Amino acid sequence: MTILVIAEHDGKVLAPATLNTVAAAAKIGGDINVLVAGQGIGAVAEAAAKIAGVAKVLVADNAAYAHQLPENVAPLVAALGQEAGGQGYSHILAAATSNGKNILPRVAAQLDVDQISEIISVVSADTFTRPIYAGNAIATVQSTAPVKVITVRATGFDPVAADGGSASVEAVAAVHDAGTSSFVGEELAKSDRPELTAAKVVVSGGRGMQNGDNFKHLYALADKLGAAVGASRAAVDAGFVPNDMQVGQTGKIVAPQLYIAVGISGAIQHLAGMKDSKVIVAINKDEEAPIFQVADYGLVADLFEAVPELEKLV
Amino acid sequence: MKVLVAVKRVVDYNVKVRVKADNSGVDLANVKMSMNPFCEIAVEEAVRLKEKGVATEIVVVSIGPTTAQEQLRTALALGADRAILVESAEDLTSLAVAKLLKAVVDKEQPQLVILGKQAIDSDNNQTGQMLAALTGYGQGTFASKVEVSGDKVAVTREIDGGAQTVSLSLPAIVTTDLRLNEPRYASLPNIMKAKKKPLEVLTPDALGVSTASTNKTVKVEAPAARSAGIKVKSVAELVEKLKNEAKVI
Repeated sequence: MTILVIAEHDGKVLAPATLNTVAAAAKIGGDINVLVAGQGIGAVAEAAAKIAGVAKVLVADNAAYAHQLPENVAPLVAALGQEAGGQGYSHILAAATSNGKNILPRVAAQLDVDQISEIISVVSADTFTRPIYAGNAIATVQSTAPVKVITVRATGFDPVAADGGSASVEAVAAVHDAGTSSFVGEELAKSDRPELTAAKVVVSGGRGMQNGDNFKHLYALADKLGAAVGASRAAVDAGFVPNDMQVGQTGKIVAPQLYIAVGISGAIQHLAGMKDSKVIVAINKDEEAPIFQVADYGLVADLFEAVPELEKLV
Repeated sequence: MKVLVAVKRVVDYNVKVRVKADNSGVDLANVKMSMNPFCEIAVEEAVRLKEKGVATEIVVVSIGPTTAQEQLRTALALGADRAILVESAEDLTSLAVAKLLKAVVDKEQPQLVILGKQAIDSDNNQTGQMLAALTGYGQGTFASKVEVSGDKVAVTREIDGGAQTVSLSLPAIVTTDLRLNEPRYASLPNIMKAKKKPLEVLTPDALGVSTASTNKTVKVEAPAARSAGIKVKSVAELVEKLKNEAKVI
């Protein structure tokens, strides 16, 4: 068996989620190849070659793959999957990031196989578990596809070491340019805080924050703890903060060492995004709030008094 | 231009589902069903495009059981012009649904297809991308803004680090994210009017589509329960517990 892992990167830096995805591949077992597709991605390919356990890095460096438009990258991945058909890519894996979710179903459909989304564990080489219904049920799914196309939820797998490997690097010459899409621009949130899905501590605010300005209390606490700041869907819907901060079923999935939920009631869809955190703290003035049912430590208090006090004491 | 909107009938988002005792799935008997929230946003976007004079006709399609006609009637009450139900009692995978939608696209020839980014039951987040692959169209997934001009559509997408804008040639596929719009409620007169709008029923066989799957659900289990912890009385006690008991700060 040979497994192809699609590297997650922004064109410059290899994203940590790649290491969790390689970890899932290692659980499946077999040779692991990593595909780096983009433009001017030499540094990413170098980093990928150092990942522990990777045998080969395939580099598709072409203007057509800049910004990883799915119309161009999916045919590349599908062709690699098919090409190797005889000698076998048994699995194609990508992290369940906005990029992986965008590209991989397109690959699966091109290969005429069903995809298995967001696996959280590997049962065997063809059987995996994944959450459904916002994590209220866990399905065990078996695939009979000749090439198994899978996205991996990073929080389900401890990352492999970023160093220690010495994979061979091979260029992929094939260029797929569908010509149906083009990149216009992007606006990336600038933050000195750690990335939400990789942070060891996450402080999140909900509707109880009342407005976007009040998130300053959470930022202050987060900076003291070296934490990332997240939000519930209610806070995003209300326009307090941008959507890229959303933690939940339809936002980001996090599993930090410490999750501090502030002014969050604990709707099903929010719990789906954070209930695998090691320690959960809830601060809410409503003692009936469902968030207390999953919290290790609950504090019934006015957040506007409790959060500044907490910031002073940590 | 013609806009096709796909909607799915799912468990209402307020319902906490329970796993069946035999682990064959979740118990959907006597549970409230609704239109998938992301599909509501898709319908709303199409209606707004029609109000702006960009869309001329909105066709809404659902793949599912007979009862999915309820969700199609809701979409008609919200402003869709006519509806198609591809009736199937089976639990179809995203690829099968995408193949059925491809057959509907071939028949209807829309310029834009709008779908929800994910259904809140299977949580797959696949169908739109798969339909894009099967049609060969460009895809604007997780859309927070959709602007049609001439033979292009500019889609602003929610991505992990912020927002990205892509330009797609029409026809194209768009999948909706939360902030694209806030869906309206159907008015009573519109609900009455919707009962008279055309609703066509097709079958996968009639469309010549095989719904065979490479995935098999072996079992469905309840997740490991997280037990409630303790209530602390003060911030000082909380900090003490985090430092000395949980040792996370």
